[in-house]
Amino acid sequence: MTAYIARRLVLLPIVAFGVTLLIFILLQLLSPAMRAALFVTDPRQLQALHEIIKTYQLDAPFHIQYWNWMKAVLTGNWGWSETARMPVLQAIKAFFPNTFELALFSFIPILLVGIWLGTLSAVHRDRIIDHVSRFFGISGYSLPTFIWGLFLLMLFYGHFRWFPPGRLSLEASLYVNSPEFRRFTGLLTVDALLNGQFWIFVDALRHLVLPVLTLTVHDTALLVRITRSSMLEVLRQDYVRTARSKGLAEPVVINKHARKNALIPVITLSSLLFVGLLGGVVITETVFEYPGIGRWGAAAALHLDIPAVAGFALFFATLTVLGNLVADILYAYVDPRIRLR
Amino acid sequence: MAKVAEKVPKKAVVVEPERVPISGVVWFVRRLTRNRLSLAGTVIILLFILVAILAPVLAPPPEGWRDPYMIPHEGYAPDPLPPSQAHPFGTTEQQFDIYYGVIWGTRTAFKVGIVVVGVSLLIGIVLGALAGYYGGRLDEALMRLVDIFYAFPSLVLAVVVVAILGQGLEKVMIALILVWWPTYSRLLRGEVLSVKERDFVEAARALGESDWRIILRHILPNTIYPVLVVASLDMGAVVLVAAALSFLGLGAPTGYADWGQLASFSRQYIIGVAGDPFQYWYTLFFPGLAIFLFVLGWNLLGDAFRDILDPRLRGTM
Repeated sequence: MTAYIARRLVLLPIVAFGVTLLIFILLQLLSPAMRAALFVTDPRQLQALHEIIKTYQLDAPFHIQYWNWMKAVLTGNWGWSETARMPVLQAIKAFFPNTFELALFSFIPILLVGIWLGTLSAVHRDRIIDHVSRFFGISGYSLPTFIWGLFLLMLFYGHFRWFPPGRLSLEASLYVNSPEFRRFTGLLTVDALLNGQFWIFVDALRHLVLPVLTLTVHDTALLVRITRSSMLEVLRQDYVRTARSKGLAEPVVINKHARKNALIPVITLSSLLFVGLLGGVVITETVFEYPGIGRWGAAAALHLDIPAVAGFALFFATLTVLGNLVADILYAYVDPRIRLR
Repeated sequence: MAKVAEKVPKKAVVVEPERVPISGVVWFVRRLTRNRLSLAGTVIILLFILVAILAPVLAPPPEGWRDPYMIPHEGYAPDPLPPSQAHPFGTTEQQFDIYYGVIWGTRTAFKVGIVVVGVSLLIGIVLGALAGYYGGRLDEALMRLVDIFYAFPSLVLAVVVVAILGQGLEKVMIALILVWWPTYSRLLRGEVLSVKERDFVEAARALGESDWRIILRHILPNTIYPVLVVASLDMGAVVLVAAALSFLGLGAPTGYADWGQLASFSRQYIIGVAGDPFQYWYTLFFPGLAIFLFVLGWNLLGDAFRDILDPRLRGTM
């Protein structure tokens, strides 16, 4: 196991180097003037554009520029984001907790419902419940996120006025931004409870309902499909037949024997799914004007806010690489056969 | 994994493509139409193909219109208009005709899907086959390259590439190709690895056949089907991501017949007016339905292909 993890860790710097190189190559397609903002922490500096180009050698050969950029990135200067009107790193720090909260609230129902429905569907193969869950699986998987999100908005905000877009109502956000409200985790629901402000907790939760509903459908559908197919494969195996012929009760066979093995691909997938959720928020956050990192990234891309786009890419690449690592380790942990390969 | 080893015998069922007798095609079609779900998928996709071909008949562009892919519009009045005789699906803000956009958007969807999946497949197959067959440093280098591309969530990479390349349908396609090729090359490489040690490859080598011939005649026909199944599922997924990019405003230019963009027009009007929240339902419904059915059709077809080519998995997805 240690050797396996060590092998994965050795690959990490190679991938990290490649990722920065890929982003850098993409950035090189832009003119030096557009790249200047990458090295700026205050918009006033941008008035002396040619000086920045000179200082950071933005017309120098490739490797020198890459070196300069890496130095800036590693020392925490990720440039100025015009869309957020603050430095890129600060923007990431400000927006990420919201996104993380959204992903977290979506992840739990996805896992529970996905695994439950997938198992149910496999056990009752070709019955009504199976047909219903397969229908949900294939249509939820085909449903465009933004269409579904806009539909929810039309119904639950336009018609019922239950769940408004945004992150907080006006009163709540005034209170949250006042000195009385202390930030502990950055997650608004948790912080509200820690501050003992139940009404803010409810308010924050209300604004999460629709984005969570939007995000969960696609991935739950995916998980139902995967759990079902994995479960069916396991149920066909000899050891399950042995368990049954030993006279074990069916729930024991399903829950203790079959599901344990059927969940191997699901567990592996789940950490990738979580990272995917973090990345997939781009659309959902835009639809609901939810102030997270995805909406910021999309707005930055639209307004050619290059430092923000580069920071967005770097940040998500870091998250994904770590997520992949966790997935590999989890996989080896739950399936010892992997370690030996 | 045991999975890989088990996969081998069932693939022997697959006949090499150039030797498929006519009855093989008939068998394939029969299998495709036997199951209700795969029949539905086939019908949906055939209908879309028909709509794409007949676009100039179904929604003729106005006289003297230069680019049929640009949606005609009468004036720039800001509010959408409900379905009427002249506009069967209504109009969006700025009066773009939704019916026209949905019909011609079918062509756009096929164009994006075919180009992106086709080019990514080509890159993926060439690189995957070479890496899998020759192994060693080439393999190592390619897999690390794949790792780098896998380090980005697909939508994030696509957004970043389009932001840097600039907007437009071609840029969207380039971005999506960059996102998609690694999947195919990794998949094919794995398949090639599991097949290249087998006896028939050894036999071909013993007969003195060239590497090229071995890859093309013996390895690819025995490895390519799982990749093609994934590719057929991806036709829908590619169009979904392309629509999402258009929705964000990073896709085709304003007024281009594109489902994602049509749907994005509905954003400002989605909550309707006081007292009538569903007043502008048609701005979301028709483009949304088109995207949903298109993706659903390909997903159903993809499942059907998998069932047919991999009998062991029949009905498990």
